[in-house]
Amino acid sequence: MHTSSPPLAPPTLEVTALQTSFIYKRFSVKAVRDVSLRLERGKTLALVGESGSGKSVAALSLMGLLPPAGRIVGGQAVYRQADGTTHDLARLQRRQMRRLSGPDLAMIFQEPMTSLNPLLTVGDQIVEMLLTHERLSREAARKRTLDILRLVEIPAAERRIDDYPHQMSGGMRQRIVIAMALVCNPALLIADEPTTALDVTIQAQILDLMRRLQAELGMSILFITHDLGVVAEIAHQVAVMYAGEVVEQAEVGQLFSSPAHPYTQGLLSSIPHAMRKNPEEGRRARLNPIPGSVPPIHALPEGCTFRPRCPHSEQRCTLPVTLETAGPGHRTRCWKWEAVQWSTRH
Amino acid sequence: MEHPPLISVEGLSKRFPTRAGDVHALEDVNFSIPRGSIVGLVGESGSGKTTLGRCILRLVEPSEGRVMFDGQNILDLPPKELRALRRRMQIIFQDPFSSLNPRMRVRTIIEEGLIAHRLGGTSRERRDRVATLLEEVGLQADHMTRFAHEFSGGQRQRVGIARALAIEPEFIVADESVSALDVSVQAQILNLLLDLCEARNLTMLFIAHDLSVVEYLCDQVVVMYLGHVVENGSTALVHSQPAHPYTTALLSAAPVPDPFAGRDRNILKGEIPSPLSPPSGCVFHTRCPLMVEHCRQAVPELRAVGGRRVACHRAEDVLAMGPATGAAATL
Repeated sequence: MHTSSPPLAPPTLEVTALQTSFIYKRFSVKAVRDVSLRLERGKTLALVGESGSGKSVAALSLMGLLPPAGRIVGGQAVYRQADGTTHDLARLQRRQMRRLSGPDLAMIFQEPMTSLNPLLTVGDQIVEMLLTHERLSREAARKRTLDILRLVEIPAAERRIDDYPHQMSGGMRQRIVIAMALVCNPALLIADEPTTALDVTIQAQILDLMRRLQAELGMSILFITHDLGVVAEIAHQVAVMYAGEVVEQAEVGQLFSSPAHPYTQGLLSSIPHAMRKNPEEGRRARLNPIPGSVPPIHALPEGCTFRPRCPHSEQRCTLPVTLETAGPGHRTRCWKWEAVQWSTRH
Repeated sequence: MEHPPLISVEGLSKRFPTRAGDVHALEDVNFSIPRGSIVGLVGESGSGKTTLGRCILRLVEPSEGRVMFDGQNILDLPPKELRALRRRMQIIFQDPFSSLNPRMRVRTIIEEGLIAHRLGGTSRERRDRVATLLEEVGLQADHMTRFAHEFSGGQRQRVGIARALAIEPEFIVADESVSALDVSVQAQILNLLLDLCEARNLTMLFIAHDLSVVEYLCDQVVVMYLGHVVENGSTALVHSQPAHPYTTALLSAAPVPDPFAGRDRNILKGEIPSPLSPPSGCVFHTRCPLMVEHCRQAVPELRAVGGRRVACHRAEDVLAMGPATGAAATL
């Protein structure tokens, strides 16, 4: 695989111009139109976007889990193993993908019950995972399972190992799913909204657990979420998606303090925060939301897809947009990024 | 408070009988909602906040207690008078996908309440009224001929709001009404709710699990845990100086959208216990970092401490420690 990556250690995952379409008999839909991402070894990259932005389809493409109508129609997704071997996830056959998932790649989803078999005890499910990928005796696998359950802080693990999923709470089930994902010590974990269905106190526990496990096991995490609060908690790098494209990627502090795309800027100013009543006017201050809504994917505007909702738009924005560099490791799909950054500061 | 509150909840309890015993959904809940204010109701799932909202509208029949609406106890009103009072209250649901009938056009959805309460006048008058309402919530008059599935999530929630406003209620329960929406759409709907509350002098009970939304929107906040009110006071005060360890933990668990904020916080251990067999004494004692022996035995009363009401034996200690648990949900 040819590489032109900048210095430092090569990234665990480098996605370039990924395109995924859903192809039906009469029509097709481009769900992911241009996604480029760079995930460094041992770091967390948050992929942020609102519903319909294509973030989940992008993740499913990487894992080879697209539904039958979904096809990767362009781009590449280079996964690099610790020994330097590379695999293009966009082109892997199902069999090769199956060999990688577990020891190299793992995925966790929003709703833990979709990943758990209700007819098997949680212990048996994890044991089965181990026996598939590693040469182990059943007893050794059970011991490893017990260890991983303790690692994800399941209380009374030696008793809970023989429980069925329905005997556990949502937070416990998500811990089981995390345990199952991590038991083969994957180098890359893809987590699709893993805490969205949980209460904030449980979410705080799970985020804390993921941070700790990353520090201990050194895995890279691609964390898909719509919640900018969660992004600020867990991510080192952030990529923002809008209408099937990554519109900005930056280091987390950079993204929050000086966003270089008007969509990112709009998202940040939509976050509710304490605003007191103005005593003179007797009226509360209002949030500053993005006007309008996301365009339907089959009727995207020409040029910049954010143009119809953008306060900075002008004639030139109807022309095709390219990725611009707004700083080290900071890319944006807006040619007016300097004006955008300036307007955030003032 | 100069004016009597519009809503006053007194000693409200609700138990759901099951084969395994009673589920204690609400236990002796007391609080009031001043006229023209927005009161936030927060707590984890299973805390009883939705049940409380429904008991206040008498959509669920409480087991004990009173709900005073403008001086009348709605729980012992005969059906006819209850119906008259119902005209003054409405609810906006969480899920704009399941709360709108997919077989009805938007006009039918919105005018249903008008017809039921015989408020609408002629068909043409009702049509005009629906058109005005749609424009007031940021949609267009010609949207009335469409079906719910033709709208996005945010637009559907606007339809739900127009439906609730149609009969010109004084009081609205908004049950997680922005939780299912994306953040940019959520901001639009929050602004709309504020506009409407101010323009129509509405009183609102806003049920939410997102503390930052409550801090932004609400004048007062009621924090619930396992069917009990644990803290109640002005949002600004409760958020800046929580006096209950649960409030402190909830605030500190909320993710802060600021990567530069401190990450030093107290993470609550364990999970909310089963309401089938709530813990003795203070229901929070099984997860409380400040628990002492007394908390196991005595149920703490809701009492005034430092300008708000709190149900904790050690509220003074919590206040003295300050929001020392690190990141409170202030930006």
